[in-house]
Amino acid sequence: MFEQLFPNVSVEDIITATNETMFMTLISVAGTFVLGLALGLLLYLSGPGGLWQNKGLNWVTASLVNVFRAIPFIILILLLFPFTDFLMGTIRGPKAALPALIIGGAPFYARLVEIALKEVDKGVIEAAKSMGSKYTTIIFRVLLPESMPALISGITVTAIALIGYTAVAGVIGAGGLGDFAYFYGFQRSDFDVVLICTILIVLIVFIFQFIGDFASRKLDKR
Amino acid sequence: MISIKDLSKVFQTKDQEVRAVDDLSLTIDKGEIFGVIGYSGAGKSTFIRLLNRLEDPTGGNISVDDQDLTAMNKNQLRIARQEIGMIFQHFNLLWSRTVFDNIAFPLEIAGVSKQERKNRVNELIDLVGLSGRGNSYPSQLSGGQKQRVGIARALANNPKVLLCDEATSALDPETTDSILDLLVDINEKLGLTIVLITHEMHVIRKICHQVAVMEDGRIVEQGDVLDVFLHPKQKVTKRFVDQVMGDPEKEHSLQLINDKYQTGEILRLHFVGERTNQALISDVSRKFEVDVNILHGKITQTQKGAYGTMFVQFVGEKNEIDRAVQYIESTSVEVEVSPSV
Repeated sequence: MFEQLFPNVSVEDIITATNETMFMTLISVAGTFVLGLALGLLLYLSGPGGLWQNKGLNWVTASLVNVFRAIPFIILILLLFPFTDFLMGTIRGPKAALPALIIGGAPFYARLVEIALKEVDKGVIEAAKSMGSKYTTIIFRVLLPESMPALISGITVTAIALIGYTAVAGVIGAGGLGDFAYFYGFQRSDFDVVLICTILIVLIVFIFQFIGDFASRKLDKR
Repeated sequence: MISIKDLSKVFQTKDQEVRAVDDLSLTIDKGEIFGVIGYSGAGKSTFIRLLNRLEDPTGGNISVDDQDLTAMNKNQLRIARQEIGMIFQHFNLLWSRTVFDNIAFPLEIAGVSKQERKNRVNELIDLVGLSGRGNSYPSQLSGGQKQRVGIARALANNPKVLLCDEATSALDPETTDSILDLLVDINEKLGLTIVLITHEMHVIRKICHQVAVMEDGRIVEQGDVLDVFLHPKQKVTKRFVDQVMGDPEKEHSLQLINDKYQTGEILRLHFVGERTNQALISDVSRKFEVDVNILHGKITQTQKGAYGTMFVQFVGEKNEIDRAVQYIESTSVEVEVSPSV
């Protein structure tokens, strides 16, 4: 049945490609989460009325985020080639895609983090201050837990964008399902390969969305 | 306990400066419930935030328990704040934490060990009457219960002072009273000094010992709650007193009384901090041959006893009425015969 519908698909290759996509997605989501959270916190804390209100710092961070968000992903990969080569020692394969994925994803997530943090009730921060909290306590025990559902739905949206990016990265040799669909499917005119890659990517997206929604709902005690 | 000297806070907006608190001096004694009342915009909210430096003063000094708050650096202030509890109009609980964990939060900040935290929190949950609700989230509680959590949280580190920022303004009248009762209870049990701001005279009347009336960043009148009730000097104070008392001396109602009740004698009785003579009316009608007709009035309870004015008509023999009046004069209730406006 499977062989009749997808005569040109090698199961072994498709599993390898799926694994590569999962690898790129998971690592880049983790990296984006950390870097984006840091940038988002910096944006929020240095912004007007923030705990570390600082116009200069806020301007620098905001500019950095805006510039990297403005660069189309395919160009960002090319732009980062020297950096990637220096960092990873190669510009091919799933590992080489990670710097571009994280640097492309983090600014996007940073803005979502900033929005999530802005939604935290100012009164709660004031209450924490009135109890004699340190700023680190306010950040880790108030700001982050109180905005967690929004941070989770933010990372879900970002993760799905990143899955899309991994496919783009595939076209210039990163591996994964995008790479496989392009070189083994499109270039050879084996459209059953393109189709199976599409189905698998959609499936991965659905799984991420489901987990994200579930976690966000579970954490929301409002 | 708290002494405030020449305190001021100026907000600089684009085209003007706003003196939210203007050269304010005040002393609050230990164990006192001190109320500050004012309309919105009077600066009372800024005032209470200055007391734990959530707002930094533009000038002046605040000292709490002989510690000069205004001279402290950030770190000293942090430690000092742990001894000043605060509750808020909108409770400001962390919705991501249970009741238990909300109350434990200030203890975490103060570095209290886990076991001690547990004991203390359970103690506090009982104190504020929330036994069994420790595992609930704030969203599952009513407004009054949320404020109880707020109070427990504010008391966690055994503060010397409790600041209440419009703590009952978001609550319905009945819940307001139960929260006020809790505050009095805490004040008496723990000897805690309470400073509260409000726009409701009812709150002042019910629990405060001392009151200050605030207008345009200044305190325009201050004193014993009963004195201020009895002899309001400022217009704004009179308006607040009328809030709870109504205005029984309005000309038209007295006119109406005089027109309608021509026989006997109209008396105005003034109850001032009464505890012993609250049964005066039944006393008089039992002891003397007079009929007592209550015409108009309002008596209210304050921390220092009953307070209010009542208009009554005495009907009977002239000398029996005179004897009754003499009897009332011998009590601490003030009486005025045939009052005129």
